[in-house]
Amino acid sequence: MEKTVTLAQGAGGKQTSELIESIFAKYFKNPYLTADDAAVLPAPKGRIAMTTDGFIVSPSEFPGGNIGKLSICGTVNDLSCMGAKPLYLTCSFILEEGFPLEKVDQAAAAMAKTAEEAGVHIVAGDTKVAGKGQVDGMFITTTGVGEIVEGVETGGSLARPGDAVIVTGDVGRHGCAILLSRNEFQIDADVTSDCAPLWGTVEAVLNTVKEKTGGYKDLHVVRDATRGGVGTVLYEIAGQSEVGIHLDQDSIPVDPAVAGVCGMLGLEPLYLANEGRLVIFTPKENADAVLEALHQLPYSGNAAVIGEVTAENAGKVVMHTAIGGETLLPQPGGELLPRIC
Amino acid sequence: MKAAEQAAAILRGYNGRKIRIMEVCGTHTHEIFKQGIRKMLPENIQVISGPGCPVCVTPIDYIDEAVYLALEKGCTITTFGDLIRVPGSEKSLAAARAEGAAVKPVYSPLDALEYAKDHPEEQVVFLSVGFETTTPPSLMAVRQAKAEGVMNFSILTANKTMDNAYLALKDSADAFLYPGHVSTISGTKIYHDLMDQGISGVVTGFTGPELLTALAVCVKKVQEGRPFFMNCYPRVVTDEGSPAARKLAAEMTDLIDSEWRGIGVIPKSGLRLKPECADWDARVKYDVPKMEGRANPACRCGSVLKGDILPTECKVFGNGCTPEHPIGACMVSGEGACAAFYKYGRDF
Repeated sequence: MEKTVTLAQGAGGKQTSELIESIFAKYFKNPYLTADDAAVLPAPKGRIAMTTDGFIVSPSEFPGGNIGKLSICGTVNDLSCMGAKPLYLTCSFILEEGFPLEKVDQAAAAMAKTAEEAGVHIVAGDTKVAGKGQVDGMFITTTGVGEIVEGVETGGSLARPGDAVIVTGDVGRHGCAILLSRNEFQIDADVTSDCAPLWGTVEAVLNTVKEKTGGYKDLHVVRDATRGGVGTVLYEIAGQSEVGIHLDQDSIPVDPAVAGVCGMLGLEPLYLANEGRLVIFTPKENADAVLEALHQLPYSGNAAVIGEVTAENAGKVVMHTAIGGETLLPQPGGELLPRIC
Repeated sequence: MKAAEQAAAILRGYNGRKIRIMEVCGTHTHEIFKQGIRKMLPENIQVISGPGCPVCVTPIDYIDEAVYLALEKGCTITTFGDLIRVPGSEKSLAAARAEGAAVKPVYSPLDALEYAKDHPEEQVVFLSVGFETTTPPSLMAVRQAKAEGVMNFSILTANKTMDNAYLALKDSADAFLYPGHVSTISGTKIYHDLMDQGISGVVTGFTGPELLTALAVCVKKVQEGRPFFMNCYPRVVTDEGSPAARKLAAEMTDLIDSEWRGIGVIPKSGLRLKPECADWDARVKYDVPKMEGRANPACRCGSVLKGDILPTECKVFGNGCTPEHPIGACMVSGEGACAAFYKYGRDF
């Protein structure tokens, strides 16, 4: 086979079959993935959640992951935030003529590994090839379906005064890692993307809340803080729920290398993208139990309560600074960096 | 944090006459907001954002000159990103770019020089604005271009020096927070000289505790009633500053009278390349005509920069003039007083 993607591989004939067999079928093999026109799947008992996301990250490989891993995490995490256990995923590839097949192979391998970890099956796929210069390397779109755990009702409009605001780890790593891997600023820093599938994290939080309160009603909001970062998510929630959010600057976990890069470039870590961080709102009384559960898990070892919800200052995010000052977290601005996911 | 707590207590407890403290560094402006310091101060301590943001004090004629070079002379304009959106008399560089002008953001003047070397078919002009700290890299780019014979590179200067600005602003404040970075170049002798002329201030760093401490020192010292100077940033700012950087400026530039937006012409406060560098001086090289900049009459950036009004007292603030659609320069730059007021909460 060729070493780079050819237009013929997208034409639907023999070369397409070869590409599918040699890369995609090899990694994605499961009983639901067949050569037929559509996957035939057992229906879950409860309500389902469904979502779709396109991935065009540049560069397609970065410390901590690649576009393949990202394409699974993004969709799995969106489902998880609705309290839905991810079940099935489809994926669509758009490849640029001349793109190295080795990189397609690496992306597919990462997708398979991440899907397995998340407990999700890749049940259908599609590959198209565009002429050189018509796309940049490799774009992936994934669509996912998950089964909502019965009784879970989360949403951005459900934050209530008295809720604790929890982040599941240090903020801004993905955006910072992408920024550094573009090498435009000639800064050397050891920053790895936080890219990770988070169903296990959400499941543990659900179980903890149920054990403590007998149900899931106390889990008000679960959001993954991707593009726009934690700051943008908090402003959205403050607006949707018509509440104020007060943050304690000292308790926001930031990796020292990320903080250093942000200091040099004048960036705010709360506005850098994450790909493996959740923002969780639950009444303060539950916060310790949730934190304890999060600290046992691989992707949330430095989870922290960073603030709380108030009735006053509705729609605003207020920062209590380390020196005892109080200021608004600036509103999210324009696009910080294009093509981060 | 103990020093910061003591400083905060001094500031909170002050109940004397009104004290006006002016910061003259855009990064100080930004950090004072970011740390929530304004809200910690009693009403009789007023912090004024002075002319410390290079984009903000650059007069409108300068934007007109850059637009002229881009559109009339076909030059490729390389610049720090902030300047692209600053409105000119008729248009910003962003608007010129939409008409087909070549306008490229760069992170340093040496990047602009590299771009010129890689694109010998283009005439590349770097917009050289800023104070003592940003001047040396621009001059080094010119020196390197001269040494290597790079003839398609030049700079459009609007570099300024702070020394005489303090004299021009003498009556605007009881004390200055002198800029931490500029002082690493200028050293502190200048501040002793200013003290002899009745001007007071402290050099300070950029963290919350450093800023609180500097403000508390100002409040204490102003009450003593004598002109004062104190270096509250000694781990970075030395008495002698950087003689090498000052020597570079002295070798390559002449001091000229310079217009500051809102303040007017301040004698000997600007830099121009010496005649032997004329081939790299865009104004000379392209024979740029004298511009008569016309600001939007509704914009009150000038009064903001002198500390005469708060940004919120300008009629167009947040009402036609926003960071997304700025009317005045102070709303464009992240270091501008209007942008800081807008971002961190005007009435919070």
